[in-house]
Amino acid sequence: MGDERLISRRQVLVVGGAVVALGQMVGRPARAAAGEAEINRILAGRTAKTTGLTLDVPSIAENGLVVPVNLSVASPMTATDYVRAIHLIAPENPVPLVASFRFTPASGRAATSMRMRLAQTQDIIAIAELSNNDVLIAKAEVKVTIGGCGG
Amino acid sequence: MAIATPRVRLPAIAKKGDIIEIKTLISHDMESGQRRDSAGVLVPRKIIKLFEAQFNGRPVFSADWNPSVSANPYQSFFARVEESGTFEFAWTDDDGTVTKATAKITVA
Repeated sequence: MGDERLISRRQVLVVGGAVVALGQMVGRPARAAAGEAEINRILAGRTAKTTGLTLDVPSIAENGLVVPVNLSVASPMTATDYVRAIHLIAPENPVPLVASFRFTPASGRAATSMRMRLAQTQDIIAIAELSNNDVLIAKAEVKVTIGGCGG
Repeated sequence: MAIATPRVRLPAIAKKGDIIEIKTLISHDMESGQRRDSAGVLVPRKIIKLFEAQFNGRPVFSADWNPSVSANPYQSFFARVEESGTFEFAWTDDDGTVTKATAKITVA
Protein backbone atom coordinates (compact mmCIF):
# COMPACT_ATOMS: atom_id res chain seq x y z
CA MET A 1 0.00 0.00 0.00
CA GLY A 2 2.78 2.43 0.99
CA ASP A 3 4.74 1.57 -2.13
CA GLU A 4 1.73 2.20 -4.33
CA ARG A 5 1.42 5.64 -2.88
CA LEU A 6 5.09 6.40 -3.46
CA ILE A 7 4.72 5.51 -7.10
CA SER A 8 1.57 7.51 -7.56
CA ARG A 9 3.11 10.47 -5.75
CA ARG A 10 6.06 10.33 -8.11
CA GLN A 11 3.74 10.15 -11.07
CA VAL A 12 1.92 13.15 -9.72
CA LEU A 13 5.24 14.97 -9.40
CA VAL A 14 6.17 14.10 -12.99
CA VAL A 15 2.80 15.21 -14.34
CA GLY A 16 2.93 18.27 -12.05
CA GLY A 17 6.38 19.14 -13.40
CA ALA A 18 5.10 19.01 -16.96
CA VAL A 19 2.13 21.14 -16.00
CA VAL A 20 4.41 23.66 -14.27
CA ALA A 21 6.46 23.96 -17.45
CA LEU A 22 3.28 24.38 -19.50
CA GLY A 23 1.97 26.93 -17.02
CA GLN A 24 5.13 28.99 -17.27
CA MET A 25 4.95 28.96 -21.06
CA VAL A 26 1.48 30.47 -21.05
CA GLY A 27 2.25 32.65 -18.04
CA ARG A 28 -0.12 31.04 -15.53
CA PRO A 29 0.65 30.29 -11.88
CA ALA A 30 2.00 26.75 -11.46
CA ARG A 31 -0.49 25.72 -8.79
CA ALA A 32 -3.54 26.81 -10.76
CA ALA A 33 -2.17 24.78 -13.69
CA ALA A 34 -1.95 21.70 -11.46
CA GLY A 35 -5.60 22.28 -10.54
CA GLU A 36 -6.49 22.54 -14.21
CA ALA A 37 -4.74 19.22 -14.88
CA GLU A 38 -6.86 17.64 -12.13
CA ILE A 39 -10.05 19.06 -13.67
CA ASN A 40 -9.09 17.77 -17.13
CA ARG A 41 -8.27 14.34 -15.70
CA ILE A 42 -11.77 14.07 -14.21
CA LEU A 43 -13.53 15.46 -17.30
CA ALA A 44 -11.59 12.99 -19.51
CA GLY A 45 -12.53 14.87 -22.67
CA ARG A 46 -16.22 15.23 -21.77
CA THR A 47 -17.91 18.63 -21.98
CA ALA A 48 -19.42 19.63 -18.65
CA LYS A 49 -22.81 21.30 -18.29
CA THR A 50 -22.75 24.38 -16.10
CA THR A 51 -26.20 23.80 -14.58
CA GLY A 52 -27.57 21.21 -12.16
CA LEU A 53 -24.74 21.08 -9.63
CA THR A 54 -25.00 23.31 -6.56
CA LEU A 55 -21.73 24.32 -4.90
CA ASP A 56 -22.43 26.25 -1.72
CA VAL A 57 -19.39 27.87 -0.06
CA PRO A 58 -18.97 31.11 1.91
CA SER A 59 -17.85 34.05 -0.25
CA ILE A 60 -15.47 35.10 2.53
CA ALA A 61 -13.67 32.63 4.82
CA GLU A 62 -11.88 34.25 7.74
CA ASN A 63 -10.16 30.99 8.62
CA GLY A 64 -8.82 28.91 5.74
CA LEU A 65 -8.44 25.92 8.04
CA VAL A 66 -12.18 25.25 8.19
CA VAL A 67 -14.28 26.27 5.20
CA PRO A 68 -17.74 24.65 5.04
CA VAL A 69 -18.85 23.17 1.71
CA ASN A 70 -22.29 21.94 0.65
CA LEU A 71 -22.68 20.05 -2.62
CA SER A 72 -25.85 18.76 -4.24
CA VAL A 73 -27.34 17.60 -7.52
CA ALA A 74 -31.10 17.27 -8.09
CA SER A 75 -31.27 13.62 -9.16
CA PRO A 76 -33.94 10.91 -8.77
CA MET A 77 -31.16 8.54 -7.53
CA THR A 78 -32.73 5.45 -9.10
CA ALA A 79 -30.80 2.39 -10.29
CA THR A 80 -30.74 3.78 -13.85
CA ASP A 81 -30.40 7.51 -13.16
CA TYR A 82 -28.13 8.58 -10.34
CA VAL A 83 -25.07 10.63 -9.47
CA ARG A 84 -21.96 8.46 -9.28
CA ALA A 85 -19.55 11.01 -7.79
CA ILE A 86 -18.90 14.63 -6.99
CA HIS A 87 -15.28 15.82 -6.98
CA LEU A 88 -14.17 18.94 -5.11
CA ILE A 89 -11.11 20.86 -6.33
CA ALA A 90 -9.24 23.80 -4.79
CA PRO A 91 -6.84 24.61 -7.67
CA GLU A 92 -4.55 26.86 -5.57
CA ASN A 93 -4.03 24.30 -2.77
CA PRO A 94 -0.79 22.26 -2.64
CA VAL A 95 -2.94 19.17 -3.37
CA PRO A 96 -5.76 20.51 -5.58
CA LEU A 97 -8.17 17.55 -5.30
CA VAL A 98 -9.85 18.03 -1.91
CA ALA A 99 -12.10 14.98 -1.97
CA SER A 100 -14.22 12.70 -4.15
CA PHE A 101 -17.67 11.79 -2.84
CA ARG A 102 -19.18 8.58 -4.22
CA PHE A 103 -22.91 7.92 -4.21
CA THR A 104 -25.15 4.94 -4.92
CA PRO A 105 -28.89 4.77 -5.67
CA ALA A 106 -29.24 3.87 -1.94
CA SER A 107 -27.93 7.36 -1.11
CA GLY A 108 -31.43 8.62 -1.95
CA ARG A 109 -30.14 12.14 -2.41
CA ALA A 110 -26.92 13.31 -4.07
CA ALA A 111 -25.91 15.79 -1.41
CA THR A 112 -23.03 16.07 1.03
CA SER A 113 -21.47 18.56 3.43
CA MET A 114 -17.92 18.70 4.74
CA ARG A 115 -15.20 21.17 5.71
CA MET A 116 -12.05 21.92 3.74
CA ARG A 117 -8.76 23.78 4.10
CA LEU A 118 -7.94 26.60 1.69
CA ALA A 119 -4.39 27.91 1.28
CA GLN A 120 -5.52 31.20 -0.26
CA THR A 121 -8.31 33.03 -2.08
CA GLN A 122 -9.37 31.02 -5.12
CA ASP A 123 -12.16 29.71 -7.35
CA ILE A 124 -13.41 26.38 -6.00
CA ILE A 125 -14.50 23.86 -8.62
CA ALA A 126 -16.96 20.97 -8.22
CA ILE A 127 -17.55 18.31 -10.87
CA ALA A 128 -20.39 15.76 -10.77
CA GLU A 129 -20.33 12.52 -12.76
CA LEU A 130 -23.74 11.04 -13.55
CA SER A 131 -24.66 7.42 -14.29
CA ASN A 132 -25.36 8.30 -17.95
CA ASN A 133 -21.77 9.64 -18.24
CA ASP A 134 -22.89 13.30 -18.23
CA VAL A 135 -20.69 15.69 -16.25
CA LEU A 136 -21.76 18.86 -14.45
CA ILE A 137 -19.42 21.60 -13.27
CA ALA A 138 -19.82 24.48 -10.82
CA LYS A 139 -17.46 27.22 -9.68
CA ALA A 140 -17.51 29.60 -6.72
CA GLU A 141 -14.93 32.04 -5.38
CA VAL A 142 -13.87 31.98 -1.72
CA LYS A 143 -11.86 34.89 -0.37
CA VAL A 144 -9.54 33.63 2.37
CA THR A 145 -8.26 35.97 5.09
CA ILE A 146 -5.92 33.49 6.84
CA GLY A 147 -4.58 30.59 4.79
CA GLY A 148 -5.01 27.05 6.05
CA CYS A 149 -2.16 24.90 4.74
CA GLY A 150 0.48 25.49 7.36
CA GLY A 151 2.27 28.17 5.26
CA MET B 1 -2.76 11.83 18.22
CA ALA B 2 -5.06 9.95 20.49
CA ILE B 3 -7.20 7.15 19.10
CA ALA B 4 -9.72 8.61 16.69
CA THR B 5 -13.20 8.71 18.21
CA PRO B 6 -16.08 8.76 15.75
CA ARG B 7 -19.46 10.32 16.34
CA VAL B 8 -22.51 9.55 14.21
CA ARG B 9 -25.95 11.13 14.25
CA LEU B 10 -29.02 9.77 12.44
CA PRO B 11 -32.69 9.23 13.28
CA ALA B 12 -33.54 6.12 15.34
CA ILE B 13 -36.86 5.63 13.55
CA ALA B 14 -37.94 6.24 9.95
CA LYS B 15 -40.76 5.32 7.57
CA LYS B 16 -40.15 2.91 4.69
CA GLY B 17 -38.69 4.79 1.73
CA ASP B 18 -37.63 7.81 3.80
CA ILE B 19 -34.45 9.63 2.87
CA ILE B 20 -32.58 10.33 6.09
CA GLU B 21 -29.60 12.57 6.74
CA ILE B 22 -26.54 11.08 8.44
CA LYS B 23 -23.94 13.31 10.07
CA THR B 24 -20.53 11.97 11.04
CA LEU B 25 -17.55 13.47 12.81
CA ILE B 26 -14.22 11.93 13.81
CA SER B 27 -11.40 13.43 15.83
CA HIS B 28 -8.21 13.32 13.78
CA ASP B 29 -5.39 15.81 13.08
CA MET B 30 -5.49 15.14 9.31
CA GLU B 31 -1.79 16.04 9.16
CA SER B 32 -1.47 17.38 5.61
CA GLY B 33 2.25 16.81 5.05
CA GLN B 34 2.56 20.54 4.21
CA ARG B 35 3.10 21.83 7.76
CA ARG B 36 6.49 22.42 9.41
CA ASP B 37 7.06 21.94 13.15
CA SER B 38 8.74 24.54 15.40
CA ALA B 39 12.18 23.24 14.28
CA GLY B 40 11.25 23.82 10.62
CA VAL B 41 10.99 20.12 9.83
CA LEU B 42 8.16 19.01 7.55
CA VAL B 43 5.61 17.00 9.55
CA PRO B 44 4.86 13.79 7.61
CA ARG B 45 1.43 13.31 6.10
CA LYS B 46 -1.02 11.25 8.16
CA ILE B 47 -4.66 11.54 7.18
CA ILE B 48 -7.82 9.46 6.99
CA LYS B 49 -7.95 8.73 3.27
CA LEU B 50 -11.23 6.85 2.99
CA PHE B 51 -14.64 7.06 4.63
CA GLU B 52 -17.26 4.40 3.86
CA ALA B 53 -20.89 3.94 4.88
CA GLN B 54 -22.88 0.72 4.37
CA PHE B 55 -26.44 -0.25 5.27
CA ASN B 56 -27.12 -3.94 5.90
CA GLY B 57 -23.91 -4.73 4.05
CA ARG B 58 -24.69 -2.64 0.96
CA PRO B 59 -22.66 0.49 0.07
CA VAL B 60 -24.51 3.78 0.55
CA PHE B 61 -21.83 6.45 0.33
CA SER B 62 -18.06 6.79 0.41
CA ALA B 63 -15.54 9.60 0.24
CA ASP B 64 -11.88 9.71 -0.78
CA TRP B 65 -10.28 12.36 1.39
CA ASN B 66 -7.07 14.23 0.55
CA PRO B 67 -4.88 16.55 2.67
CA SER B 68 -7.16 19.56 2.01
CA VAL B 69 -9.88 18.02 4.20
CA SER B 70 -10.01 19.90 7.54
CA ALA B 71 -8.88 18.37 10.83
CA ASN B 72 -11.58 16.45 12.75
CA PRO B 73 -13.37 15.68 9.48
CA TYR B 74 -17.12 16.21 9.32
CA GLN B 75 -19.05 14.37 6.66
CA SER B 76 -22.79 14.43 6.06
CA PHE B 77 -24.77 12.54 3.43
CA PHE B 78 -28.14 10.86 2.89
CA ALA B 79 -29.54 7.34 2.73
CA ARG B 80 -32.85 5.91 1.54
CA VAL B 81 -34.06 3.26 4.01
CA GLU B 82 -36.47 0.51 2.95
CA GLU B 83 -36.05 -1.80 5.98
CA SER B 84 -34.80 -1.85 9.55
CA GLY B 85 -31.11 -2.52 9.91
CA THR B 86 -27.65 -1.38 10.81
CA PHE B 87 -25.43 1.29 9.33
CA GLU B 88 -21.72 0.54 9.41
CA PHE B 89 -19.21 3.35 9.11
CA ALA B 90 -15.46 2.92 8.54
CA TRP B 91 -12.64 5.46 8.47
CA THR B 92 -9.35 4.19 6.97
CA ASP B 93 -6.12 5.91 7.98
CA ASP B 94 -2.96 6.28 5.84
CA ASP B 95 -1.31 3.70 8.13
CA GLY B 96 -4.11 1.18 7.47
CA THR B 97 -5.86 1.65 10.82
CA VAL B 98 -9.62 1.30 10.40
CA THR B 99 -11.94 2.98 12.91
CA LYS B 100 -15.50 1.65 12.89
CA ALA B 101 -18.89 2.72 14.18
CA THR B 102 -22.39 1.31 13.82
CA ALA B 103 -25.90 2.69 14.25
CA LYS B 104 -29.27 0.93 14.13
CA ILE B 105 -32.45 2.28 12.59
CA THR B 106 -36.00 0.97 12.90
CA VAL B 107 -38.12 1.33 9.78
CA ALA B 108 -41.86 1.09 10.34
